[in-house]
Amino acid sequence: MNGQQMTGAQALVESLKHAGAEVVFGLPGGCILPTYDPLMDAEDIRHILVRHEQGAGHAASGYAHATGKVGVCLATSGPGATNLITAIADAQMDSIPLVAITGQVGSQFIGTDAFQEADIVGMTMPVTKHNFLVSDADEIPKVIKQAFHIASTGRPGAVLVDVTKDAQQGMTQFVWPEGLDLPGYRPDPRPHSKQIREAVSLLLEAKRPVFLLGGGVLRGRASEEVGELIDVSGAPFVTTLMARGALPDSHPNHLGMPGMHGAVSAVSALQRSDLIVNIGARFDDRVTGVLESFAPGAKVVHADIDPAEISKNREAQVPIVGQAAEVARAMTAELRERLAEDDPRDYEAWWNTMSMLRDNYPLGWTETEDGFTAPQKVISRIGAISGPDSIFVAGVGQHQMWSSQFIKYEHPCTWINSGGLGTMGYSVPAAMGAKVGQPDKVVWSIDGDGCFQMTNQELATCVINDIPIKVAIINNSSLGMVRQWQNLFYDQRYSNTDLNTGHGTRRIPDFVKLADAYGAVGLRCERDEDIDATIAQAMEINDRPVIVDFTVSADAMVWPMVPAGVSNDEIQIAQGMSPEWERDI
Amino acid sequence: MSANQSTQNTPASTTDYVMTPQSQTLSVLVENKPGVLTRVTALFSRRAYNISSLAVGPTEHPEISRITVVVDVDQRRLEQITKQLNKLVNVLKIVQLDARQTVQRELILIKVTADNSSRTSVLEIVQMFRAKVVDAAADSVTIEATGTQDKLSALLGMLESFGVREIVKSGEVAIGRGGRAITDRSLLG
Repeated sequence: MNGQQMTGAQALVESLKHAGAEVVFGLPGGCILPTYDPLMDAEDIRHILVRHEQGAGHAASGYAHATGKVGVCLATSGPGATNLITAIADAQMDSIPLVAITGQVGSQFIGTDAFQEADIVGMTMPVTKHNFLVSDADEIPKVIKQAFHIASTGRPGAVLVDVTKDAQQGMTQFVWPEGLDLPGYRPDPRPHSKQIREAVSLLLEAKRPVFLLGGGVLRGRASEEVGELIDVSGAPFVTTLMARGALPDSHPNHLGMPGMHGAVSAVSALQRSDLIVNIGARFDDRVTGVLESFAPGAKVVHADIDPAEISKNREAQVPIVGQAAEVARAMTAELRERLAEDDPRDYEAWWNTMSMLRDNYPLGWTETEDGFTAPQKVISRIGAISGPDSIFVAGVGQHQMWSSQFIKYEHPCTWINSGGLGTMGYSVPAAMGAKVGQPDKVVWSIDGDGCFQMTNQELATCVINDIPIKVAIINNSSLGMVRQWQNLFYDQRYSNTDLNTGHGTRRIPDFVKLADAYGAVGLRCERDEDIDATIAQAMEINDRPVIVDFTVSADAMVWPMVPAGVSNDEIQIAQGMSPEWERDI
Repeated sequence: MSANQSTQNTPASTTDYVMTPQSQTLSVLVENKPGVLTRVTALFSRRAYNISSLAVGPTEHPEISRITVVVDVDQRRLEQITKQLNKLVNVLKIVQLDARQTVQRELILIKVTADNSSRTSVLEIVQMFRAKVVDAAADSVTIEATGTQDKLSALLGMLESFGVREIVKSGEVAIGRGGRAITDRSLLG
């Protein structure tokens, strides 16, 4: 192809092939039409026609999550492009490699408020790692190469490429560039050996160390290296919402997920530690609670590929800039060397405390008062029956927290969710993308009745393109997490959170009929005794998507919880109940 | 969209840094491409960093532009700003200019009331500050002055009593003292 004369649109398709794109999720429209024409003949690229551009974006993100490859989505100008913004922002917040390509009005029309014109480059500037406007066919290969490189290297993120219609229609000689020509982009910093030595010194001196593992461990494919570091060090670790599955939940050193809905053992470990070794987490406010009272006695070693994350929220005594795998490898080597000389570690008292907290305060739930099914039970059974080789994709809210708490993750990239932006409606399209990327795995979308109604149109995409995902709607007939806050902090005044989909309501919509209308299988489970059989039935169906309406109690709440605006020390294990620290420690 | 929204957003306050805000000048060398200034200024606004002054212009290399930004922040915040700016793909280099090792200049144009009774006094002040008159009318003169922010404030203060009708001020530009150039090294790879 190199050197061949072709249109910009053909060059765009050719560039996508060169960049390694195998799947594109998209929806055509006027200003991207030139590109859709050669795309029709591109046998190496599978284009999946979505029903809404937001679905394309989340599908690309789910695909990227599940495969580690760059997810690609394609849309037209104006509303097509603006519909992508939520998905772009979502991917950027969670450091997911995503390339979004949009058509733009002809360059002579830019700035005239032309039909379906939107300044998408301007609009996505704050929510992308970088973006481009291309108005010359000759530029297309170079920009696509740069876009994939920027999206997938360093701290991954979202990149948007806006291509004017005349650039797609213009003729060019296709040349896939040798280099990259990005003089201001240096994505691969090496960890400094002095910092590694200092980090290991702190680890050896510490009495109460804890590893805080974040999404960077997964994005950096560093599970093996970080696992080895933890095994050699003998210290406990916690996995943030974005890092669930980075190391197996069954690992003896694992204390659970920290944060607002974290396990008592994980939250306490950070609060009481004298050293936090943070690898690829960003001290997000949902993890730290009130920052001033977070882990007051801890020194911090913070390793991140993005130097701007270090000392952004919590000051680090030892900053390490580098890839998680490389940092872990270097720390392990240094640690082994030092331990061979002398082993000053004394973590026994710490482990006693932590083991006791882990034993005394396991995650759990109480039976519901209304007698309806506890949602936690449904999710826990799905995890157990489907098993740790499945991929679980959540939306946002209570069901997301329960999925993080009650499914046991044993492998990297088997837990997919919208952590940073907290995008309701993420699950169905992201599960679709994950299934396309990992067709041999069982992919469960664990969704809420609110979330599901935001993006369920992609069931059509799933049915027509043979993408047999399984959707468990944890149907509590309400915007559950908001309702929980209204219950706890707004005197049980349930303002606008009732969705009328569950027990004792008109069930608008009826999810079983909806599934049927889409040509999927719809099942309903309303009683505890039917849970296992219904899940088993869903597991049997592999030729079509299956949607299970698990109608559950509306009153179940996510516990433990650190209420917003207070210290993590105020963690509650149930309403009004705190751990009995004095007794326990 | 859900309850998962931040309800507190307290900035960190840890100890090791000098926490008093002070005026800091950054020279940001960027690729001379469309939209780069927007990327830089948008980053300041979305991360809630206030810009006190901004000046943009070409450098001796046509592919490189230079943005001089003055911010009023403490050391910790400045470090964060620098790191965030460095993440912009089009940013090539950032240099924090030390006030003592730097020549800093702003330019101001001041239209001040000056009739027969006051013109002489106004002109005396102009001379005192080594400023110059660039336009004159029966009842006003327009003065051009360059200097540091302190000098220009002093000039403005002196002229105030005559009646300042209009002022326009450039952003600060700054260059390091001595023979070294920050654009010396090959920045374009």
